[in-house]
Amino acid sequence: MKQFEVRQRKDTRSGFGDALYELGKESDKVVALCADLTGSLKMDAFKKEFPDRFFQTGIAEANMIGMAAGMATAGLIPFTGTFANFSTGRVYDQIRQSVAYSEKNVKICASHSGLTLGEDGATHQVLEDIAMMRAMPNMTVINTCDYTQTFLATKAIANFNGPVYLRFGRPAVPDFSPQNFEIGKGVLLNEGNDVCIIATGHLVWEALQAAEQLEQKGYSAEVINIHTIKPLDEDIILKSAAKCRCVVTAEEHELNGGLGEAVASLLGRKLPLPLEMIGVNDSFGESGKPMELLEKYGLGASNILEATLRAVERRTA
Amino acid sequence: MSDINELKRIATQVRRDIVRMVHGVSSGHPGGSLGCADFLVALYFDVLNHNPKAFNMEAENEDVFFLSNGHISPAWYSVLSRSGYFPVSELSTFRKLNSRLQGHPTTAERLPGIRIASGSLGQGLSVAIGVAEAKKLKGDKSLVFSLHGDGELQEGQIWEAAMYAAANNIDNLISVVDYNRQQIDGTVEEVLSLGDLKAKWEAFGWNVLEVDGNDMAQLLNTLEKAKNEAFHSKPIMILMTTIMGKGVSFMENDHKWHGSPPNDEQLAQALNELQESLGDY
Repeated sequence: MKQFEVRQRKDTRSGFGDALYELGKESDKVVALCADLTGSLKMDAFKKEFPDRFFQTGIAEANMIGMAAGMATAGLIPFTGTFANFSTGRVYDQIRQSVAYSEKNVKICASHSGLTLGEDGATHQVLEDIAMMRAMPNMTVINTCDYTQTFLATKAIANFNGPVYLRFGRPAVPDFSPQNFEIGKGVLLNEGNDVCIIATGHLVWEALQAAEQLEQKGYSAEVINIHTIKPLDEDIILKSAAKCRCVVTAEEHELNGGLGEAVASLLGRKLPLPLEMIGVNDSFGESGKPMELLEKYGLGASNILEATLRAVERRTA
Repeated sequence: MSDINELKRIATQVRRDIVRMVHGVSSGHPGGSLGCADFLVALYFDVLNHNPKAFNMEAENEDVFFLSNGHISPAWYSVLSRSGYFPVSELSTFRKLNSRLQGHPTTAERLPGIRIASGSLGQGLSVAIGVAEAKKLKGDKSLVFSLHGDGELQEGQIWEAAMYAAANNIDNLISVVDYNRQQIDGTVEEVLSLGDLKAKWEAFGWNVLEVDGNDMAQLLNTLEKAKNEAFHSKPIMILMTTIMGKGVSFMENDHKWHGSPPNDEQLAQALNELQESLGDY
């Protein structure tokens, strides 16, 4: 099993904030909008250095999305920042009409996604955002796994012309991912033969832990990080699935409409194989510490490990 | 300033276009379209500094207009084509399969003159503010205009945008409300009263002007006044009183014509009241 050096423990949102600041230096077309969560989104450095290009909209997300669409119309590259819940469900129709249908180059950057937002509880822990954004035509959907990947993704989407939903989170997590990033290209983290684990976001690290534990049981897992959920890198998934003959998906999101369903749809159409899915099972979250919540809702490394064993068993049955 | 009689002649042709378009496909929204015909003609044939022959999305150093109440697309399509954005003959494709003239305006079909989709109400003011902010950032001294329905003001996003524009001195923005006091389910007063609209916008920090939107001379004067009052720190709101269905006697002041097309007989009567001036499409 390939070993990953943990460079640091850092929040993914800092990767966004640090990259946004660099983008501000690189291009005067880059502007940022925030709905009263500048500190939480780590947008302070951009705001301080480029006050003319920072737009505080107040607690008015619908207006923020509409303004961003207008700015993109005028040729700017707007990045909006708020929590994932207020970046999607609250403004679905604004994104749909003014951004996606209108093909505006708006980057919707969303922190505090998923259960690991923690103590604020279910009102803020959106678990349906990937489903909503995946369903929307013209939308590219990216969910990053650590600081480095979030930094690189933020920079990459600035050079990509089109609406993007970039999803990241709150807690400090291991920073381990490779120093390259390409929109729409999955990352093969570990090669294996017995089960293919496809993970996104914070659960990529959990998947690696599960793969390590699986190795002690005598099986080798291929681990693929799918950061771009739409468009889905079908080639890397099909290739690995064909080799391993069973698949496990893992995401910090509802099972309905997330990465797992995207993979299920792909396999169903092109390569039917045993599939196990790790995600939240049609429920809201609750208050708690991030890792406690992952465990309670069945999203931890041990849950992924169990899923791989079930998948392997189904494969050989 | 343009010749008022010429503008009136254009507006009459636009009204013919509107009733013929909605009749041609037996769907669409004639009421608000007819009411706003004079305003759109004044805007596109006199007020806007724009470039119909070379449509450019970013509109640097050009005035831009956003139609937030997208359902009055027949009026906008007619005025866009008659001012040179696309061939007048294309008006016959309105709302039909494979047309660039969708039921509600869209950028997806690449129709020149349109910079954002509208139809789901309440979004255009925010978009206009975004463009206004971008123009300020670039040092571009041209103006941004937007049009909204009065019923549309029931959408909360309008008031988010209203707050933002005043708090941030968006003074390169001239917004207009089509104050015809009608919406789908009845009068605005019956459905959800807007209260004292002038006092509301003033309390939100806007410079409010009022105009009879079916009086061409008044429209030109008021739009000129608005342009002169731009760049004085406040966003500008023009409350434009119009008659829904204006120009077609049996459609005037009746909310039933918000979204109903005329039948053959009604079309004949309407066209009888509207003198062909520029040639039908």
